[in-house]
Amino acid sequence: MNLHRRDVVKTLLADRGGLLVVAGLGSTAWDCTAAGDHDLTFPMWGAMGCAAMTGLGLALAQPQRRVLVITGDGEMLMGLGSLATIGVQKPENLAVVVIDNERYGETGMQETHTAYGADLAAMARAAGFASGALLRDAASVAALRKSIHQAAGPHFAQVKVAAEKIPLVLPPREGALLKSRFRAALLGESAALQ
Amino acid sequence: MGCHRVRQQCGAARRGARGLESPGLNAPLPTAADWPLAAHQVLQRHGFGLIGYVPDAGHKRLIELCQADARMRTVVMTTEEEGVGLAAGAWLGGMKCALLMQSSGVGNIVNALGMTRECRFPLLLLVTMRGENGEFNPWQVPMGQATPEVLRAMGVAVHHVASAAEIPGQVDASARIAYGSYCAAAVLIAQTLIGIKSFQEQANQ
Repeated sequence: MNLHRRDVVKTLLADRGGLLVVAGLGSTAWDCTAAGDHDLTFPMWGAMGCAAMTGLGLALAQPQRRVLVITGDGEMLMGLGSLATIGVQKPENLAVVVIDNERYGETGMQETHTAYGADLAAMARAAGFASGALLRDAASVAALRKSIHQAAGPHFAQVKVAAEKIPLVLPPREGALLKSRFRAALLGESAALQ
Repeated sequence: MGCHRVRQQCGAARRGARGLESPGLNAPLPTAADWPLAAHQVLQRHGFGLIGYVPDAGHKRLIELCQADARMRTVVMTTEEEGVGLAAGAWLGGMKCALLMQSSGVGNIVNALGMTRECRFPLLLLVTMRGENGEFNPWQVPMGQATPEVLRAMGVAVHHVASAAEIPGQVDASARIAYGSYCAAAVLIAQTLIGIKSFQEQANQ
């Protein structure tokens, strides 16, 4: 594994423009925060297994915007059915990227199913995603960033990264604040009156 | 003649004894009104653009009405838990999303409802009840009986509706609570309104 998760997420979020981001709980939320906390990032602190579906709801509500879900392998494994659901809806503006360190990072680095070969990218392809790739190098990650902004999805990528313990970089915790700042940034201050 | 009368009585008694399995008792209960049509109209009026559902026989007609509505997008889900994320994401993007599920599905959304509450996401649940009066499947009873308490324990405003006439008003009121107060609200639609009493009738739906 020569990729480091913080580098991967920083590359994916570079020059993000109008990109809307949902970050799955735990390490991927810290990765997104390390790349720069942003009003249009919704970092989750719970609801494990719900990140991809939150991205789907956002993508369907905002078809003119690009939506990126960045989540971990453990979080994605808890919501595998959502791959089938997204495969039915086929939103072209949605990408789901799994930062795969093959570990449950917040609970003691226990191995996940991907450590034993569970192929999430193949599952996404089989479920009907437009693309589903297993990435292991920086050039592929840079190309993925372009696809997220330009190519018709839904895209799925499983990016293998090193299993490493790195410093926490925490976003705000309060859920109502995270929701309200996202809606205000996306929909304008009048969103508070909806 | 006396003997004949006795035989008739015996026959009637035997029919009574077999009653639990007879088609007569298993016939669908009459519904007083077209409650799915009324519920659909209320959802329309509130501007719900997204409807997430896990199919349920009791929701069959409402699902079909939503599917036929060009202003609504329906999302079939593999488990009800997906709907909590779907509705949260939709609201982040400014769209209202209602979820249709059976009471058994309430058991599948409990942890995810923590996000709804912590983030103060509005959420409307229309729940068709099983495990209530006349349930034929014992495996439905524990979750059905626990449904109101489980929802309330997670901070969901719960209204149980036992007559079709109450449905439009209660769906409307619950949508107002959810989107006026930024919370989850559930309408529990009584099993007596669904009227399914046997596996055969469920299969025929």
